[in-house]
Parts: sequence; structure tokens; C-alpha cells
Amino acid sequence: MDKIVCACGNVNPAGTALCESCGRPLNEETKEKKIVDMRYEGSARRSQTYNKTIIDKVWNFFSSVKVGMWIIVSILVAAAIGTILPQVFYVPATNESDIAAYYERIYGWFGTLYYELGLSDLYSSWWFQGLVGMLGISLVIASLDRVIPLYKSLKKQKTKRHISFLKRQRVYGIGKAEVTEDSLLKAEEKLKSLKYNVKREGNAILAERGRFSRWGPYVNHLGLIIFLFGVMLRALPGFYVDETMWLREGETLYVPGTNGYFLESKGFIYETYSKEESNEVFGDAIDRVGTIAKNYQTDVALYKGPENSVAGHAEDLTFEKNASIQVNKPIKFDNFSVFQMDFRLDELAKMKFQLQDKQTQQSFGEFTIDLANPQPLYELNEGYKVEVLDYYADFTGFEEGVPQSQSPLPNNPAFLIKMYSPEFPKGETSFVMIKETVEPLGENKHKIAFQSVETRDVSGLTVRKDLTLPLLALGGLIFMIGVAQGSYWNHRRIWIQLLEDGQTVVAAHTNKNWLSVKRDLDEVSKIAHLPEYLDQDDLDSLDEKVDKEEGV
Amino acid sequence: MALSKKSRFYMRTAILGVLVVAIIFTVYSNLNKEKNAVLQVGDKAPDFVLVDMDGTERRLSDYKGQGVFLNFWGTWCKPCAKEMPAMDRQFSEFTDKGVQTLAINIAESDLKVNSFANRYGLTFPIAIDRNKSVMESYNIDPLPTTFLINPEGKIEKIIKGEMTEEDIANFMDQIKPS
Repeated sequence: MDKIVCACGNVNPAGTALCESCGRPLNEETKEKKIVDMRYEGSARRSQTYNKTIIDKVWNFFSSVKVGMWIIVSILVAAAIGTILPQVFYVPATNESDIAAYYERIYGWFGTLYYELGLSDLYSSWWFQGLVGMLGISLVIASLDRVIPLYKSLKKQKTKRHISFLKRQRVYGIGKAEVTEDSLLKAEEKLKSLKYNVKREGNAILAERGRFSRWGPYVNHLGLIIFLFGVMLRALPGFYVDETMWLREGETLYVPGTNGYFLESKGFIYETYSKEESNEVFGDAIDRVGTIAKNYQTDVALYKGPENSVAGHAEDLTFEKNASIQVNKPIKFDNFSVFQMDFRLDELAKMKFQLQDKQTQQSFGEFTIDLANPQPLYELNEGYKVEVLDYYADFTGFEEGVPQSQSPLPNNPAFLIKMYSPEFPKGETSFVMIKETVEPLGENKHKIAFQSVETRDVSGLTVRKDLTLPLLALGGLIFMIGVAQGSYWNHRRIWIQLLEDGQTVVAAHTNKNWLSVKRDLDEVSKIAHLPEYLDQDDLDSLDEKVDKEEGV
Repeated sequence: MALSKKSRFYMRTAILGVLVVAIIFTVYSNLNKEKNAVLQVGDKAPDFVLVDMDGTERRLSDYKGQGVFLNFWGTWCKPCAKEMPAMDRQFSEFTDKGVQTLAINIAESDLKVNSFANRYGLTFPIAIDRNKSVMESYNIDPLPTTFLINPEGKIEKIIKGEMTEEDIANFMDQIKPS
């Protein structure tokens, strides 16, 4: 497309509405307007001018503010829909069919529909992330397409603008006033004292302040782009870890997501407020709900495996440190934080039994089974011993005579046991459950009597690592700077020109806060005796003017 | 300084290209994260070392040059109990052809694992992952999960859930060294 050469000699890019240099309107449409659109200084947004190749078309699509707005609205609506039912992340099931069943059971047909449509995992769906990505593209392209031409035309603008530009400004006045060289100097001085940046070219003055406010929206977009980039980094390995683990007292487990760290639970502490110590604060609440939690705490020891060690290697762990993990007080190491998140109290840990004579209840010795590590044989009094043939942690019943366990958690322990005694050197078989015993191979003389139980607590911990946080904070900060820049400052310009025919022209423009720029102009007018101006956008003031003229 | 038509085209293509690649990468890696956080077919199988029930140290990297049929299981898991006898038969079939079988139990007790192995007469090596570090590095969920590891030490296939004997035979054949 051709460049537009203005009458003043400046060569403008195709599509320019107002000459970058002198401000003359360059097309018919602009000439017909009473007030020109100053949003981008009449510069040529490239997107609106070139539309040849497919790349141009894609570019122009994303450059449109309207398109950007619709992308934002779609993201808003989609994100809102994702909050109607809990996302899969919060559903207590791990495999597909359980998750589907959960949605159906809890939320009925709507839950099924929600799940089937994929709304239950909306935020990680390709289309939602695609939408956010499109927003990113829109931000980059729309900004580039506006900030570059805007910067160019603000840089190129001449002090002396053409009358056709000035008279199309919203604040405009012309008249034969007693303006002399002296009053121009006074005006300059006044404008300077009002913190304007004043330029003089012959009989023309351009006073400008707060131009940097025009960059506000683009700084703001830059912040958003940095923020989105930070979120994108989370997808890369090593930047972001969010895992959970269940750790039993006494257990040492690998910390998921870390490279070779192990945690041992030394104990879980759950404390509540007692009425004596905190009657004043929690007295009423304790009366109402019973207990008020005071502390959830896991005392842990942190170990590190040897450098470059492979998984599975449980030896040569080096002790790193002890720590007490409390709510909001994680243990920190190597950019990881492990938080106290959940707990289960009193999981069965050890069971103590006695070998007894069924009739006389005479004891032949006691033994304790550690449920995490049952021993095959327990030696009791002279001549008596107990062999554990099998162990069922979560016993649910017999299937075709075979005992079943539905999980490795000791929710309902059961043992298949052989009892040896001098009378029965070949042993008597007994199936021992909580509160019940089955004798599968006939009547026994001896029995296993349950004595007592030891429990342990389980800590639910969350492992977090987020190296993108500084980037997100930076993005947020830049975003806020951009917002402040564009909101609390405004770009004001005042033009004063002595025309050759002896008339004086004043015009003013600001991107917001018109009252202030008018007040500035009033102050200058007072000392420089400038002609009265009109707000051409303010019909009331126009009417007033007409009334006055008619009245006179 | 107005851009010429050609350089404008290249500039726009470059900017759009960078943005689109970044987005596709993000969406793609997030989707894969969902399915299988770290390990994918074609990745190098993470090395580990565990002591099996007979006291022999089993290190994955020692099996280089042979296929490894790596099965993660639990004694309480019903599909595991169903497929393991079949696995054992195929183990005897393939062990001389250079396909090793290794079954990793997730943090259960010796007693339980031994009684299970005895009941089903299992002869392939079984090791217990006591601190769940192997489970974490292979990102196991659910049980059973089986990894086919080829003679180059790369993951050939990840099978979640139960396998028939025919499946097992085919899978073992797939990772047979040539």
C-alpha cells in the first residue's frame, strides 16, 4: 500500500488518519469529523491496513480489542462453569470409573453430564489452556500493534500543528485577542510552573505533561504476559511440584517429587484448647462444638540419600535435620516446603495377644504383632510357640474359603495362626479376627486371646515447590505499575498559536480528566489573555455560548 | 522506519510462531502430566536397586541387554493375584530368551509377601519397595502397573491394570533381545 505524503511534507504510513507531524487529517472520514479520535493519535494500526496473507489475517484477528474482549469473556464463563461442581482433583477417587461413579452418585444426572463433558477437569483441558494461550497471543499482538505506532507519532509530533488538527480538538478556541510576544512568554512561564514540558517553535507553543501515562496499558499488558509466562513454566519439569504423602509414626518414606529426600515421622501431635486455659476466648465455642483444635504437628527427621543414588536404596541415608511441621510452618529444604495438611488418628499399629487354654484361661505367654512387620514365629513359654501363616490387614470375609483383604491398611486385621504346644506338636490352626475366632480345622484346645492394642497416627503432608513464584510476583508488580501509571497520571497537551492573520488559537487534549486540563488552560489564559475556548464535546457549554451570543 | 512487506511478513510469522509453539508446548506437557506425570513410553527407565526376597540385590541397570518385565503389585490387589500365576509361567518360558521378570511389592511386610508367593508358587524375583521411592520414581497408580523395558533400557510400554496370559506372552516377546 502507498504511503501518504502530507501537505507539510511528512511521509506517513498507509492508514494514518492524522499526519504524525503536523496533525492534518489525511482521509475524508477524518476530515468530516468535528472532533478527531485521539486514542492512538490517529496513527496507523498496522493490523487495520494490511490484510494480504494468511499470517496478516491471523495477526489482525488477534490484534482486535473486540476479539481480545471475547476471549476474556469466554475464559470468565468457562472458569465460572468449572466452579459449579468440585474438580476431579478434589474427588476422593483415583481411577476413571470411580470418578465417574462418584459424580453420578453425588450429583445425579447433572454430575454425569458434567463429567462426560469433561467439565470436571476443566482447568487442565486443552481447550481451556488454549483459550488462556490465545489471550496471551492477543495481549502480545494487540499491544505491539498499538504501542509502536503510538510511540512513533508522539515522538514525531511537531510543536506547530496545522489549524485543521487544532480545530478538531475537543477543547478549542480561536479569536482576535490581545496576544503579543510578551504574553506568549508569560504563557510559557506559567505552563512551566504547572509542570508542563514546554516547546516553542516560532509563534507556536506545545505544552505537554505526563506522556508516560500513555504507556500504562502496555506496561500492564507486559506484566500479564510475564505472569502467563510464569504459569507456563510450571509445565516444565523441575519448576513446580505439588504432591501429597501419608506418613505414619515411625515410618521413613521417600518424599515424592524431590530428588532423594526422605522423611521420618517421629510423632504426630493433635492438641485442643482446654476450658481452663482459654475460657475467655474459646469458652463459648468449646461449649457449643466440644473441641477447638489448637495444634496439628508432625515431628519429622529429614534424610537425604547419597548423591546420584538410585531409587530403592534405603541405606546410607544422611541425617539432615529435625523439624516440627505445623500448619503454615512447613519444613523447608532445597526449594521444597512440606506442609501439614491432614491427619488420621489412631491407626492400629501393634496388637498384643496371649496364648491361652480355652477352658482354664491359663496363659502360656504373650506376644505382640507389629502390623507393619509381622514375624513368622513368636516363641512363648517353654514348649509353646505361635506361627503366623498369613496376615490380612483389611479383612472383608472369605471367598471360596480364602480370606480376603481389600487394602494394605490395618483397618480390620486378621491372622491365620498355628499354635504349637507340648500336647499338639503339629499345631492347631486358628483364624483370629478382632472379637472373633474361627477354627477352620476343627475344635482347638488353645486359643489366641486379644490383650491390648497400640495405635499410631498418620500425618497427611503436602510437598510443594514453586520456582515460578518470583516471576509471578514480578508480573503482578509490573501489572500494578502499569495500572497506576495509566490511572493516576494523565497525558495533557496544550497548544497555543499566533496565526498569521492575527488570530490566536488555543487547543487542549488529555486522555482523561478534562476538568484539570481546562483548569490549567484557564490559569494560563488569565495571564496571557488567550481567547475563550469551548468544550466541543460538552453540549451544555455549547448551548450556553449560543444563548449568550443570542442574548447580546 | 516502516517495515517492508517482506520483512513484515517474516516478523509477524516469527512472533506468531514463537507464541503458538509456546502454547502448544504448554498444553501438550500439561495433558501428559495428567496422564503420567513424568514417565512416558520412550523414556529411559529410572534405575533402582532393591533386595529381593532371596536376599539378592536387583539393580535394573544390571539387566542391560535383556528385556525387563517390571510389575508393580500388592497382595491385597485382586487383579494382581489373578495375573501373577500366568506371569510366573511366562517367566519360565522367557527367562532363557533374555526377558527377565521383576515384581515389586509396594511397602508390605515380608510375611505377607512370602505367604502370597508361596500360595501361588511364584518363582520370579520379588522385591519390596519399603520406602516407596521406586513407586514414586515410576509414578505408580493404580496397582497393578507393568512396565515393559527393552534391552536398551527404554520404556517400551506402560500397562495399567490386569493382563491375560496371552497379553503377558505377547508383551514379553515384544522386549525380547534380537
